[in-house]
Amino acid sequence: MEKKNDSAKVIEFIKKYAMVIVLALVLIFFSITTGGKILLPNNISNIISQNAYVFVLATGMLLCILTGGNIDLSVGSVVCFVGAVGATLMTSIGIPWPVSVLIMFSVGLLIGATQAFWIAYVRIPPFIVTLAGMLIFRGLSNVVLNGLTVTITDKVGFIKFFGGGADCYVPDFLGKLLGEEPSVNITCLVVGFIAVVAFIAFEIAGRLKRVKKGYEVDKMIPWIIKLVLISSVVVALTVLLALFKGIPSVLIIVMIVIGIYTYITSNTTTGRYFYAVGGNEKATRLSGINTNKTFFLAYTNMGFLAALAGMITIARMTSAQPTYGQNYEMDAIASCFIGGASAYGGIGTVPGAIIGATLMGVINLGMLIMGVDQNMQKVVKGLVLLAAVIFDVVSKRGFKLIAKN
Amino acid sequence: MAKILLEMQNITKLFPGVKALDNVNLQVEEGEIHALVGENGAGKSTLMNVLSGIYPYGTYEGKIIYNGQECKFTNIKDSEALGIVIIHQELALIPYMTIGENMFLGNEQGRSWKIDWAETYGKSDEYLRTVGLKESSRTLIKDIGVGKQQLVEIAKALAKNAKLLILDEPTSSLNENESKDLLDLLLKFKQEGLTSIIISHKLNEISYVADKITVIRDGSTIETLDKEKDDISEARIIKGMVGRELSDRFPKREKNIGDICLEVIDWNAYHPIYSDKKIIDHVSINARKGEILGISGLQGAGRTEFAMSVFGKSYGEKISGTLIKDGEKLKLNSVQEAIKNKIAYVTEDRKGNGLILSNSIKFNTTLANLSGVSKNGIINKDNEYAVAVEYKEKLKTKCPTVEQNVGNLSGGNQQKVLLAKWMFADPDILILDEPTRGIDVGAKYEIYCIMNQLASEGKTVIMISSEMPELLGMCDRIYVMNEGRIVGEMPIEEATQESIMACILQSDNAEITA
Repeated sequence: MEKKNDSAKVIEFIKKYAMVIVLALVLIFFSITTGGKILLPNNISNIISQNAYVFVLATGMLLCILTGGNIDLSVGSVVCFVGAVGATLMTSIGIPWPVSVLIMFSVGLLIGATQAFWIAYVRIPPFIVTLAGMLIFRGLSNVVLNGLTVTITDKVGFIKFFGGGADCYVPDFLGKLLGEEPSVNITCLVVGFIAVVAFIAFEIAGRLKRVKKGYEVDKMIPWIIKLVLISSVVVALTVLLALFKGIPSVLIIVMIVIGIYTYITSNTTTGRYFYAVGGNEKATRLSGINTNKTFFLAYTNMGFLAALAGMITIARMTSAQPTYGQNYEMDAIASCFIGGASAYGGIGTVPGAIIGATLMGVINLGMLIMGVDQNMQKVVKGLVLLAAVIFDVVSKRGFKLIAKN
Repeated sequence: MAKILLEMQNITKLFPGVKALDNVNLQVEEGEIHALVGENGAGKSTLMNVLSGIYPYGTYEGKIIYNGQECKFTNIKDSEALGIVIIHQELALIPYMTIGENMFLGNEQGRSWKIDWAETYGKSDEYLRTVGLKESSRTLIKDIGVGKQQLVEIAKALAKNAKLLILDEPTSSLNENESKDLLDLLLKFKQEGLTSIIISHKLNEISYVADKITVIRDGSTIETLDKEKDDISEARIIKGMVGRELSDRFPKREKNIGDICLEVIDWNAYHPIYSDKKIIDHVSINARKGEILGISGLQGAGRTEFAMSVFGKSYGEKISGTLIKDGEKLKLNSVQEAIKNKIAYVTEDRKGNGLILSNSIKFNTTLANLSGVSKNGIINKDNEYAVAVEYKEKLKTKCPTVEQNVGNLSGGNQQKVLLAKWMFADPDILILDEPTRGIDVGAKYEIYCIMNQLASEGKTVIMISSEMPELLGMCDRIYVMNEGRIVGEMPIEEATQESIMACILQSDNAEITA
């Protein structure tokens, strides 16, 4: 009996942390095949800057997927369109960048709300509405840009704020205080250190509070292992970033987005509704929850985050082109599913989607360093997505491969 | 004596926690119409599912002997190959396909890479003529009425070379004329040698067509009545169906009944899709504080629809009528408003309409009243956990932790979670729709105790149930509903199973003569 319990626990553990384990294995694999190159500071920094848009979009896509396995196909085109509008405003018309940013967010929200209206209140299938949006906004991007590339000339404000380009890092003001040109980025180290301390303090405080109130808590040893693992990952990341150029400014934006949405999905009533609607819409409606509004929020929010991703994209590229954003929706969707979201809705977490996105990013970069052909990279990514979802579905069925007829 | 076509011997079927069939025996002679009667949940449909292979060989105990041979069906195809065809209560036709396509679905004419449409429609037309349906087989199913769809189902069964036709409540959605035509058709087929088993609640119809009647009660065969030898009057059949002892399966309660809390006056509602079909017809009821009020009736009587239309118009169109709670007129246009006015409806379909199976007990417990554990839209998770644990202990829900997914619980424990959810919403009026369906005796008793507890706290409990014994054991007063109308009201002292059944049957008969 004892033994059976143990194996059940192991299976439970593997199911819960499957993608974290896979991510670790993939990192080890690429460390070996690239001779450790993938773990070089500049590469780690690159993974973050290059994939910032995926992190943002995957977060938004997760909400759509939670509402019932629905996906937003228009994301890539909206990214491109918002970017095109923004670049035109800033460069061709010369509107100051903070105003342009506001306009871009408004455009994103408006697009999101329009699509959301059809989906939530008129009940047109999301697949259709967003497929239409995908065509419409790809076309409009071309119209706005006249089919040309608009290069962003304002290299100071906008790009530094949103960018992941050459000089877009949080300046090392602490390092400057200490003296000239330290070899590591002191600010980055300090921020990382504060983050780790704060994390551990919160965890301990939370645990003490629960113990005091007599609630269940995780077992001591697994809990400590968890703390140590997470802290050491953060420390390692901090050191690597500090050894390069410091904190990419886009990382700040991504962290804020992840933080806010993790909180919304796990701690607010609105977040709760996304899960409820996806789990059983009828039951949710009969619990007195406005399900139309929930759908509306999910897709409106997607427009908002697509606008943010649009800004990140044109900042990194320092230009807008009618071809930007292609397949971004697929990256976001794949990240969510790899990260454990259910294709039927109701299950999934923001951290899961982020891990999914990271896994894709690591595979991309690893293969790039190894010099794998671009086309084969797509093949590998496709296989990873398929394998992840097969694992998810089959493990939920008690590891029976074939479904009952 | 005619040849025995089918013999089911000592069939026992277990579901987790429930013995659905217990040593059931059934003998059907060739060329007869054999009726299967019993209350809802007595085990009729389960028995037929065993016969048709929906529950494959090995998942039940006992023997099926058909045409002198023992059968071990593993799926429906096996039983259909021998000519045993079942027509379910819910019609299994695809609306946007033609009659002909439906009729040969899974049995396509021609070759698998080239369907022979001429053959399909030609044969379909022939079968349609046999059942007396004057429609082209190229008509779409959605364009014909339910009565005609039922005939298509029968034609489809004939197309499968049916020798033994099983009809589960074939007339439940038909009007009187259509029902009569259908029954006459069965009698005509009988002349031609077809054997049928018919499951029905409508005893007048059974008396009309059946040669033999087998009564099933609580998963056991009680008796088989023969038209030639026995009295098969409705009263006699009812006695067989309900004749069980009421023991102390129901907890006692100190009655403390107060003022009228809820009044529904002249309530009407129409079908959400077929908007000219009246589902609720001039219903008026009242309920008192501290009272357990029963609503009795057969499946399809409109009880669920009535309750849901009151509960914030969650069912039906063109709803009219007056709703008065504590002397105040209410207009409830949404479920939110119903909950705000302290009315709760606990669904009969806990998996479909009640619970979010992919989420935890905690998640489900607070879902209808999240504002009770949150402030400014932010959930106090410690609070929520405490609430979930409190209700888990109050209702004795068996689970390792409240973080457990509801999908992994047994039916009885799921029902408790559903009750907990609505108790936490703190209603004055709690409408319980089939609160003990599909759960075992022990869990039923616990649910009854909770209901008594709620009533003694001064809440109004309205219990909809198809199990008459539990209504008689639990309620203070019973309304009887049939075909969308209230056809009887009786204080518990006057109510018996016979008197309730009589109310229903008399209203049915009144309709036939009218």
